[in-house]
Amino acid sequence: MRALLPHPLLTPILAAVWLLLNNSFSLGHILLGLLLGWFIPWFTLRFWPQRVCIRRPLILLRFIVVLLSDIVLANLAVARRILGRPAQLRPAFVIVPLSLETDLAISLLANTICLTPGTVSACLSPDRRTLLVHALHAPDTDTLVATIKARYEAPLKEVFESC
Amino acid sequence: MVEYVVSFLILFGAVITFIGSLGLARLQDFYTRLHGPTKATTLGVGSLLLASALYFSSRGTGWSLHEVLITLFLFITAPVSAHLLAKAALHLRLPALSQPPRGWPPAAMEMEPRDDKMY
Repeated sequence: MRALLPHPLLTPILAAVWLLLNNSFSLGHILLGLLLGWFIPWFTLRFWPQRVCIRRPLILLRFIVVLLSDIVLANLAVARRILGRPAQLRPAFVIVPLSLETDLAISLLANTICLTPGTVSACLSPDRRTLLVHALHAPDTDTLVATIKARYEAPLKEVFESC
Repeated sequence: MVEYVVSFLILFGAVITFIGSLGLARLQDFYTRLHGPTKATTLGVGSLLLASALYFSSRGTGWSLHEVLITLFLFITAPVSAHLLAKAALHLRLPALSQPPRGWPPAAMEMEPRDDKMY
């Protein structure tokens, strides 16, 4: 089972991507998508040997909703800052200590930080314990770190690292 | 009715994208400039794609869902380029409004292959 289907989650995702690419939901495309979804993970197994497990899909869903609404709200905030007086900005580098351990969770967190406007993840320390984040406007760096940890890191840890 | 929503979304997306690029001109150093354009891709392009999906779905030829994929690919790739640009700037020690903290970038940053049989 493990050898035949190394990433069970990836198969339906790839099949869905295939259906969206073709914009068609005919039986032939569904079968072809499932075939590709089986073959590609098997073929690329050596690139990602770690098994991905996702627990608590509800928390994942809530994380995605929070992320999308944050993207919209924070985009408007950044737009206002750009149109306002740039001289008043307080850009800052912030060090975020990580409690995540797996590669997937860390890269998802770094991705999330880059997606939410106003922060860009700049560098991961070689020991994977801390992440350097640049913030466009952060008069209070401690609050920013606490927000990142509570809002994004905690759900990611719960979803990807609880098994 | 759909046309009003679509035109609103297109205008909104265009304005956000414009503000994002305006950030390039108005902001002061490399790191803050990085924020403008990377953000324009999320909300600006997002609402343009939503408008496209709405328009082509409402023409009676079935759903048009390519746009979901474009959003997905953008959300996966845009942060990676922003991260790498910031990292390159750190290593080049570009002048910045706020200095990176002591010890960053780490001196031993050359990526050594890890021994979990990935390479």
